[in-house]
Amino acid sequence: MSKSRREFIKISALSFGGLVMANPILNAMIGQVQAGEPIDASKIKPVPTYCEVCFWKCAGWVHTDEKGELWKIEGNEDDPHCKGRFCPRGTGGLGMYNDEDRLKSPLMRVEVNGKQTFKEVSWDKAFRFIADKMNQISEEHGPESLALFKHGSGGAHFGKLFKAFGSRNITAPSYAQCRGPREVGFHATFGANINSPEPVDLENTKCLVLIGNHIGENMHNSHVQEMSKAIDNGLEIITVDPRLSTAASKSVHWLPIKPATDIALLLAWMHVLVTEKLYDKAYIDQYAYGFEDLEAHIADKTPEWAEEITTIKADVIRETARKMAYHAPATLIHPGRHVTWYGDDTQRLRAMAMLNALLGSWGRKGGFYFPEKAKVPSFPHPAYPSASWTWKDYLDGKYALAGSSIANVFVDASHPDNKTDKKIKGWFVVGTNLISTIPDTKKTLEAIDNLDLFVVVDTMPMEITGYADIILPECTYLERYDDIRVSPNREPNIAVRIPAAKPKYLTKPSDWIVRKLAEKLKLSAHFNYKSYSEVLDWQLKQMGFSLAEMKERGIIKFDRKNANLYLEEGEEYEFGTPTGMIELYSTDLEMEGFDPLPNYTPHPEPPAGFFRLNYGRAPMHTFGRTANNPNLNELMNENKLWVNPKIAKKAGIVNGQEIWLENQDGVKSEFPIKVRVTERIGMDNVYMVHGFGKSNKKLKRSNGRGISDSQLVTNVMVDPVMGGTGMRGNFVKFVIDKPEREVIS
Amino acid sequence: MRYAMVIDTKKCVGCSDCVVACQNENRVPIGYCRDWVIEHAKGAFPNVSIELRSERCNHCENSPCVRCCPTGASHYEEGGLVMVDRGACIGCGACVQSCPYNARFSHPEGYVDKCSFCNHRLKEGKSPSCVSVCPTNCMYFGDLNDSESQVSQLLKNRDWKVLAPEVGTKPQVYYLI
Repeated sequence: MSKSRREFIKISALSFGGLVMANPILNAMIGQVQAGEPIDASKIKPVPTYCEVCFWKCAGWVHTDEKGELWKIEGNEDDPHCKGRFCPRGTGGLGMYNDEDRLKSPLMRVEVNGKQTFKEVSWDKAFRFIADKMNQISEEHGPESLALFKHGSGGAHFGKLFKAFGSRNITAPSYAQCRGPREVGFHATFGANINSPEPVDLENTKCLVLIGNHIGENMHNSHVQEMSKAIDNGLEIITVDPRLSTAASKSVHWLPIKPATDIALLLAWMHVLVTEKLYDKAYIDQYAYGFEDLEAHIADKTPEWAEEITTIKADVIRETARKMAYHAPATLIHPGRHVTWYGDDTQRLRAMAMLNALLGSWGRKGGFYFPEKAKVPSFPHPAYPSASWTWKDYLDGKYALAGSSIANVFVDASHPDNKTDKKIKGWFVVGTNLISTIPDTKKTLEAIDNLDLFVVVDTMPMEITGYADIILPECTYLERYDDIRVSPNREPNIAVRIPAAKPKYLTKPSDWIVRKLAEKLKLSAHFNYKSYSEVLDWQLKQMGFSLAEMKERGIIKFDRKNANLYLEEGEEYEFGTPTGMIELYSTDLEMEGFDPLPNYTPHPEPPAGFFRLNYGRAPMHTFGRTANNPNLNELMNENKLWVNPKIAKKAGIVNGQEIWLENQDGVKSEFPIKVRVTERIGMDNVYMVHGFGKSNKKLKRSNGRGISDSQLVTNVMVDPVMGGTGMRGNFVKFVIDKPEREVIS
Repeated sequence: MRYAMVIDTKKCVGCSDCVVACQNENRVPIGYCRDWVIEHAKGAFPNVSIELRSERCNHCENSPCVRCCPTGASHYEEGGLVMVDRGACIGCGACVQSCPYNARFSHPEGYVDKCSFCNHRLKEGKSPSCVSVCPTNCMYFGDLNDSESQVSQLLKNRDWKVLAPEVGTKPQVYYLI
């Protein structure tokens, strides 16, 4: 094996000796942060924050106890995202602050006696190294050859640095690895994106249709709360899922569909609504384009046709379609969130959008409301230089309908196989563990090995840090200011994040990291402030408030400019599509050479002895980022493999037994996983929660607990419409005895 | 005054927010908990159903733990709360053994600990922390002696059960089914 430029570094950094206490600098720091003076608790006011444990960004209050230590976080009553109630992850957010495995100091990759290792360095030295490399890459290839992968609040600061430096190659895996097909499918239909939080009017929904969307296991806080409120009001749920999800267990109808056949079911549902004249005729007549085309298209997509494909009985398909129509327009076909499944995902999401259109739920009470967002002025800075090329030029017209950058395309542009003149030679990865977020890890690592600079910014020693040239330790959200939260919602609102504690160890907030690095890059004019609190105060004063006032309130809600949450009866309305109408027949897709009306195409089935690998969420964990959090690890410290009892019996495996998995490409799981024998899953697939099986030994609590589904996702089906990575076409077999492994040194 | 908790299994999603909120609020050390969530599955695929339940001390009206405590550390307080006086507790564990709900644990500091219905919050007019954090609003807390209270009304209008009624402890945590 050829020697890699960037071996994964398994051992602890030099001078850590595996023990933090051995380090005098850090010891001094620890002494500083453990403030020991007793404080009168009645004098300590709770500090406002918004949560960073997931993307829902709920606003809350951080409470400090009489010892001056962080005690608990509670939701802000005024916040539409949480209504005063944090979810388990947000409630356990303090674990991020308390986790002793946190990154503590800047680290640099060095070679000692022919062995690569990390060495602690000062911030200044790290910045000098990074700035030199950035300038070198810029001179050799242009500033555009630096790419930023980001997720979360820290990334926003780096985005500004990249633009100031001259690169617009900025991406987040949350698009092409997650919600992208949904945005494209709904935009093609209604001329509007879904965005986040999704503008679903759940609290008024009477019939909720979930397609592989396991709300309640994905803990989208306000939506879980609204669904619960709707259950109180008699909500009827129809869940399509091969597994009895939590939501399925609360459903009137659970349709345990054969995986990868959803489009057939959706077409048959439309067939019933159209042929039985159950659709919202007035709404379709006024707003929709291409109804006749649709009518012809679904004429032969009968429930009997769909039964053959989906295994869902034709009469159940009819009954559920009629139920949807009965409650319309307060029937919501939820768009879901993680929808990159089989590579034809944009078309599946189109079908879901069209079904909503037939039921008249877009812009109607109990369906989708029209959200509004507050406007926050930008802090003044010089104009950004223009970039001579971006990822769009690299793609040269491919995936034209993608509304955001496609993270996997950045991997391609960084890979040795990229023969174009648009090359990416340096990466910043901020707050996203690409090893488990972007499928086809092998390719990602080949791209990383081809870089001239690789910087990782994180709070935790995630797997991705093991490949970096430089690791920069970011402090947690509880120790920093960040941008004002602005989110589309029923009521426009803003929320702030104020530090509740000083940054521990040598960690720093991203705004500081960016400002200091900008000094080295001679870009300080773009970051003309000493503390981010100045930026926030300036923005808030422009809006007629102040930071001092926000510290008391945490959140401010505004009146809507457009009074209507929903369409009025017969209201003239222009949709953002090429025709200005709801496009049942998509002119956008037709223009790009794709099916203007969705078609069902069969997908490969698992070969004998193999099972489709499905994965999902647990309510107490976010992605792969919380497995090591002491509070949340306590609630769930490993994932288990859901196996149907009949399958388990046939394979001779029992509940709790540890087994390994091997996928269709011969890739074996790095660790064993415990079997969970359960009647909640069918015969042709197995299921696990994503985000476990951490391979980095520095994550002491989560290392080797459970397995990583991402490692087994080697078959990636790319969505031809927008470049999304379909990840649910992977098949696994059980390996009972510990597999032999190649030792990679 | 008769404090009771009513939990709607139709809404609970088993997220365990009640567990982590309680651990923070009451400084329960990592590795221990005063409340927990269980999943109970019935049937065979595809005719299968599950019940999710958040469980804790039932603050029983006829508490074996109070009866068997040799020092009087386990005692009743206003509203029928079953409480442990840490100072009086010798950590003998008799109550841990006696509880049919397995709701008590030996705290590493040498006394027995369990759910207190967040008595300290009740005094401030707040709900127990598990009730006030629950994102599904599936938990209710109040006075069963007040026939107009939300808990009384829920028990009047909905089907409910208690856990292990056969042991005769008269538990005061009710589950809507």
